[in-house]
Amino acid sequence: MAAEESLIGLSIAEMRDGMRLGEFTAVDLAEAHIAAAESVRELGAYILETPERALEMAAASDARRSKNQIGTLEGIPLAIKDLFCTKGVGTTAASRILDGFVPSYESSVTTNLWRAGAVMTGKANMDEFAMGSSNMTSYFGHVQNPWRRVGDNQPVTPGGSSGGSAALVAANVVPGATGTDTGGSIRQPAAFCGVVGMKPTYGRCSRWGIIAFASSLDQAGPVTRTVRDAAILLRAMAGHDAKDSTSVDVAVPDYEAELSGDMRGLRVGIPKEYRVDGMPSEIEELWLEGADWLRRSGAEIIDISLPHTQYALPTYYIIAPAEASSNLARYDGVKYGLRIADDDLQVQYEKTRGAGFGAEVKRRIMIGTYVLSAGYYDAYYLRAQRVRSLIADDFNQAFEKVDVILTPTTPHQAFLLGEKLEDPVAMYLNDVFTVPSSLAGLPAISVPSGLSDNSLPLGLQLIAPAFREPTLFSVATSLESCAGFVSRPTIVAKKT
Amino acid sequence: MALKKEIVAQIAKLARLEVDESDLDLMCSELSQILAWVEQLEEVDIGSVPPMTSVIEMDLKFREDVVTDGNQADDVIANAPERDHHFFVVPKVIE
Repeated sequence: MAAEESLIGLSIAEMRDGMRLGEFTAVDLAEAHIAAAESVRELGAYILETPERALEMAAASDARRSKNQIGTLEGIPLAIKDLFCTKGVGTTAASRILDGFVPSYESSVTTNLWRAGAVMTGKANMDEFAMGSSNMTSYFGHVQNPWRRVGDNQPVTPGGSSGGSAALVAANVVPGATGTDTGGSIRQPAAFCGVVGMKPTYGRCSRWGIIAFASSLDQAGPVTRTVRDAAILLRAMAGHDAKDSTSVDVAVPDYEAELSGDMRGLRVGIPKEYRVDGMPSEIEELWLEGADWLRRSGAEIIDISLPHTQYALPTYYIIAPAEASSNLARYDGVKYGLRIADDDLQVQYEKTRGAGFGAEVKRRIMIGTYVLSAGYYDAYYLRAQRVRSLIADDFNQAFEKVDVILTPTTPHQAFLLGEKLEDPVAMYLNDVFTVPSSLAGLPAISVPSGLSDNSLPLGLQLIAPAFREPTLFSVATSLESCAGFVSRPTIVAKKT
Repeated sequence: MALKKEIVAQIAKLARLEVDESDLDLMCSELSQILAWVEQLEEVDIGSVPPMTSVIEMDLKFREDVVTDGNQADDVIANAPERDHHFFVVPKVIE
């Protein structure tokens, strides 16, 4: 098989079928996607490309196939967010403090992927320690969204924190990538880059070997170009793991078999609290249109209320920094990572952490340290965990009336790189629609559904009850087919 | 609430973060702004609502108390900035 052009831009399902029919091999795919990465390096979406490893893994995959040992992702090239520890391959969390760190172990999610036959093409760029919504906080440079606004060529943010993953998938550099989502870090960049991003139920994927940010919120999930591919990828990523006590021992369904898209009798909730002040009309219109698509496909649209929605963001910005300040205490310049040496151990800690962490990470460690400090714990952290119970209960009550909830993914289109950096709270408001479901541990998916008035992608989000990923994928399939989103970014990998 | 500079310096000390004196003012105003914003939670009627302790209702698993891992000293110290045999090296902390 020679014509690499036909191998760039295929979906995971198409690659799987093409290899099954012998039209091309895993090595063909790896070679095409190595070249694809080289052609769009200006995006800054990889921290590390791993071409040798990709070719080695692809050759092993082809060898397995010749013996009829075929996994669900056999030979599929994937980018891995640089938050997943990969044995023998540098893993940085996009932070200076982990520059040069080479794990001696493999995360459980990536172990599952390699067992299913997938091929690693590289480690995707991200916001430092997954803290950010713009990909501006990476120590290794920012990522550009492959999309440009119509009429100007200014670089646009891919969103974050899984911005490298979303940009790589949007630009056809890989058909799929892993992401992690703590408050919207898969769904928001997916919406900004015009791709599908899915956060499963908390506990669905093992967190073992994923560098921790906020342990009660962190969850791995897929970034792909189609809903079907997200279903295929999640099935391979998910599963119980004895090494993560919060990973859930519930069988992983074959999500791909659940993509009927049959909306008849399905009840879709529209939460009134998601109509926020100052939301552009194009977001509101897309949301109404999305509800209309589902209605015409046979679903019943029901107005619902999630009364504590407005408190989700402040709740999140107490709980996530609190957990982060605790998790990031391990970076001390002793066991691994950066060390700024000093004769005094206390001073060495302070210098190492002062130099190793970026501004946003420090800000969150400071907030977390403050809200957990003596005398403030009850007023901040404990109160936030009580409000979190109320937010989760809002969803429980809503799901007595509806099967799935439809909202916009973000309150606006992608902003320019560098915008909003001066005002931390304005940046936090990016996640207003994604944070509530994160606090409640619920599965949610962003589906590219339309374009803004200056031609940037917009996403719609679906939220389902815990472990109802099959419902989510089925409704997402219907949304995807109604939206018929076929626009492509300005910058895509060159066909060779 | 507006944080005083001394409080911010104290938090930085607790968090083991070196912060330049020149950065303290900016950090002070940013943290004050964030805290003022999260303090809107005070208006929520939390009544007797219990704090969330488990995101997804589940019973923690138990396992046999046996060794399942270990003897990987080479791997454990492989990334250490300074090591000596199988030890992490730090500045002298006891006189």
